[in-house]
Amino acid sequence: MKRVYVNEKWCLGCHLCEYYCAFANSGKSDMVKALKDHKIAPRIKIEERDNISFAVSCRHCEEPLCVKGCISGALTIQDGAVHIDSDKCVGCCTCILCCPYGALSHSEQGAIQKCELCQKNEFGQPMCVQGCPNKAIVYEER
Amino acid sequence: MAIDFLYPQYEVVRNMDRCITCRACERQCANEVHHYDVDFGYMVSDESKCVNCHRCVSLCPTRALKIVKTDHTFKENANWTGKAISEVYRQAGSGGVLLSSMGNPEPLPIYWDKILINASQVTNPPIDPLREPMETRTFLGKKPGKIERGKDGNLVNNLSPQLQLNVPIMFSAMSYGSISYNAHASLARAAVELGTYYNTGEGGLHQDFYQYGDHTIVQVASGRFGVFKEYLEAGAAIEIKMGQGAKPGIGGHLPGLKVGPDISKTRMIPEGTDAISPAPHHDIYSIEDLRQLVFSLKEATEYKKPVIVKIAAVHNVAAIASGIARSGADIIAIDGFRGGTGAAPTRIRDNVGIPIELALAAVDQRLRDEGIRDQVSVVIGGSVRNSADLLKAIALGADAVYIATSALLALGCHLCRTCQSGRCNWGIATQRPDLVKRLNPDIGSRRLVNLVTAWDHELKEMMGGMGINSIEALRGNRLMLRGIGLTQKELDILGIKHAGE
Amino acid sequence: MKYLIIGSGTAAVGCIEGIRVVDQASPITMVSSEPYQPYGRPLISYMLQGKTTEEKMLRYRPADFCERNGVTALLGHTVQRLEGRTAILEDGTALPFDKLCIASGSRPFVPPMEGLESVQNQTSFMTLDDAKRLRGLLGEGKDKRVLIVGAGLIGLKCAEGILGLAQSVTVIDLAPRILPNVLSEEPAAVIQKHMEGKGVRFVLNESVRRFAPAKATLQNSGEVIPFDVLVVAVGVRPNTGLAEAAGCAVNRGILTNDHSETTVPGIYAAGDCAVSHDISCGTDRILAILPNAYLQGETAGMNMAGGDRPFRKAVSMNASGFLGLHMITAGSYDGEQYLTRENGNYKLLVTRDDHLVGFILIGDIERAGIYTSLIRERTPLSSIDFHLIREKPQLMAFSSTERAKKLGGARV
Repeated sequence: MKRVYVNEKWCLGCHLCEYYCAFANSGKSDMVKALKDHKIAPRIKIEERDNISFAVSCRHCEEPLCVKGCISGALTIQDGAVHIDSDKCVGCCTCILCCPYGALSHSEQGAIQKCELCQKNEFGQPMCVQGCPNKAIVYEER
Repeated sequence: MAIDFLYPQYEVVRNMDRCITCRACERQCANEVHHYDVDFGYMVSDESKCVNCHRCVSLCPTRALKIVKTDHTFKENANWTGKAISEVYRQAGSGGVLLSSMGNPEPLPIYWDKILINASQVTNPPIDPLREPMETRTFLGKKPGKIERGKDGNLVNNLSPQLQLNVPIMFSAMSYGSISYNAHASLARAAVELGTYYNTGEGGLHQDFYQYGDHTIVQVASGRFGVFKEYLEAGAAIEIKMGQGAKPGIGGHLPGLKVGPDISKTRMIPEGTDAISPAPHHDIYSIEDLRQLVFSLKEATEYKKPVIVKIAAVHNVAAIASGIARSGADIIAIDGFRGGTGAAPTRIRDNVGIPIELALAAVDQRLRDEGIRDQVSVVIGGSVRNSADLLKAIALGADAVYIATSALLALGCHLCRTCQSGRCNWGIATQRPDLVKRLNPDIGSRRLVNLVTAWDHELKEMMGGMGINSIEALRGNRLMLRGIGLTQKELDILGIKHAGE
Repeated sequence: MKYLIIGSGTAAVGCIEGIRVVDQASPITMVSSEPYQPYGRPLISYMLQGKTTEEKMLRYRPADFCERNGVTALLGHTVQRLEGRTAILEDGTALPFDKLCIASGSRPFVPPMEGLESVQNQTSFMTLDDAKRLRGLLGEGKDKRVLIVGAGLIGLKCAEGILGLAQSVTVIDLAPRILPNVLSEEPAAVIQKHMEGKGVRFVLNESVRRFAPAKATLQNSGEVIPFDVLVVAVGVRPNTGLAEAAGCAVNRGILTNDHSETTVPGIYAAGDCAVSHDISCGTDRILAILPNAYLQGETAGMNMAGGDRPFRKAVSMNASGFLGLHMITAGSYDGEQYLTRENGNYKLLVTRDDHLVGFILIGDIERAGIYTSLIRERTPLSSIDFHLIREKPQLMAFSSTERAKKLGGARV
């Protein structure tokens, strides 16, 4: 399955992935409209320190602890990707407790949000990867 | 505080309706032009630091930025232009030599643009390169003067070592130091994929790049940086650099600041010391001296590698080239006055040397006249901007061209001409690790391959139109060129007729 | 091969999914006394709170879960006894099996309290039926005074769930602090204060001397607390009777090995009825938490179906929220403690012998799983930058090689 892979060697810490993520999942068709005067809550997040930076988003584990531990069944695996049904999610944070990568977070609406590889928005493929200027994140089969 | 006589050259225009304060511009500007003002709650900029490199413009996800030339002006004066006045101010302030980077930007004649290419009509019909074979592969090196046969009547291989170029384009010398590790990696990998060569410049060869040796030209310059046996043996050819188009007659200077551990090791000089290339090679004061070096290098590499001698295009270039051809060099590289550099004194860059088009025509003609044209290949560089320049160069007599500025543009260079600052936002002319990483060789080498491949397609297209199907038939074929708007003297030097003739 | 699973909770679901990884064909029978499709037990408080509905709860797994997995679900039935490789239901039905998984969970523990039987409007708070009963008792008037006995997780989640539906909520506990089994004093006080701010009343160090139909008289103060609805959430007891009768070793919970198998070959146990080996403290105890139930159940399932899959990474852990204040805890707290209090957030990390063994986060719980993972994977702290990991959970604390594996897909 294609996944988002990170190569920190090429990460510039520009944070554009975060903005493309927030835009892609905003439901709006224009980035300005989606993000202007808006504090973003992206599903991919940059960690940075000194000269090192890298993006972290859901790894779509083959045996995801978040899915196994989900109390509501909101987290499921569909065709290898871990998806969340925000309607079922009660925001209990058990997934946050379980995920070894820290890849899930609260959404502005209260439910948990996570990277769904842009499979459920209009873009269809990860916009963070599209927006990365230096191929520090790639979407590929490995 | 002293009065600053200089007003910023550029203005940063930010469309506030589009800015989403993602701060990518701030994070990406090594000149620290942009910053987020917490009190205002929006991005502000200090345009006095802007070098117009477009990094912010290119990365702004909402296209909220553009850089414009300021319309602030001095009183109109055709003689004392704003530029002339500003330069006086700068020197009056600093007391120093004005430094510039990349090639000569002054509005001097560009002969490429005054030469037109022929095409076939009716007779000698054009060739469709999509349907018929079209040869752009070429070989550089001394060609044998005669066919020799052994006692058994079979051909004796008397061919000197040759460089095989799948396209008649090579990447010219740019040292590791003047450009970054990743820029070198991009050039090296592209050269391998394209079946051509890149050139180490005078900074030695990083250990990591020995693997690309078959597609590397190793340079020996006046500073002899990084030159040792394995280095010479690693390359496919050796280039002796006598001069450079951007700064003929002077040496080079890589500031100690840029000489970090890696560069120190590669150049074989102590960390943090200035790397000074003298103006002359201190062992070369004549063609005979040059010949000694040529043969020393051949001897050191068992006569397996062609030796290139690179000179800047200067007034008596033809005579110099003739001497070089007789020195035993296999290839002459001539660098025109628009050639780029990481740093040169502005006055020298903008006033010394001659256009490559004229130099090339003169050299080719002289070597032919003296009957020694086949003893050497001629490679020219110094602002070959596109495939038409390339084709015209070959028709004027070049065997191949060197490109560097075009290659850097492919890598992201925006010709802001501030390489000397060491803060290249595109990760090319810098050694700062955070900036170097901005150039991912996966992307860089791909873009280089794309560029050269595209030019090769265009070259074939134009050759086909002329009814020519091989580089060999195009080389020195000046009948395929016509001048436009040129004086008879210029036409004579170029060896071409005027359009309509 | 015939599989039988007793129970329909998370451990049972894990067991079914575990079996189907290995064996896609053999029939599975699931018996449960609850008349519902599998649902996540901890959801009941969220249902009262309005964050989910019964209909959504019952979609813990898709509606066709049993059908798709070849499971015959006997809901509303109880296994009375085991006779060798046959289970006998309360209606006499005999269910022969080759492999059995006991995922019978736990039941509320109600200690003897004087006058308790006189209270009409009372319930425990463990099942969907409990929650529905409680919802019914509260009515629509928001006028009921509720007394909850027990300030453990169940009691507090119940308080959270009903606060908006009741006139008042009072929680009483014998212990001197809330969440006595989960938290030490300081973090407990943080949560208590927060909940009090939202309107919950706590009476600690207290017990009920006697109940009357609508009031409780306290042991120490003698205070009389009138109430309309009583919730008893004192504790739970694992359902181990069937296992014990079948000869399985039981010590509080059913003992299992790292393959989730009991001391009787062919009989497995998982979930709240079974004992786990908690690697954070090296002791065997019941880890009555949903993720653990799933993992134990899944392990049981895979091994029942002939796989060989040990589960050796059980850690006690919990994620909860109380009226908007989040809390995540994991592991044990015996060791060197690193405490941070910042911007109203409370963070305690506990290390022992070069390992993180436990943590408590209140308020800011972002990326807590990175800490959990350090406990679960027994990562030597000397192999990471402890200074950074203390600061916050971050992958920056790992070496770049380790990160290349975690994020870059590098296989080393």
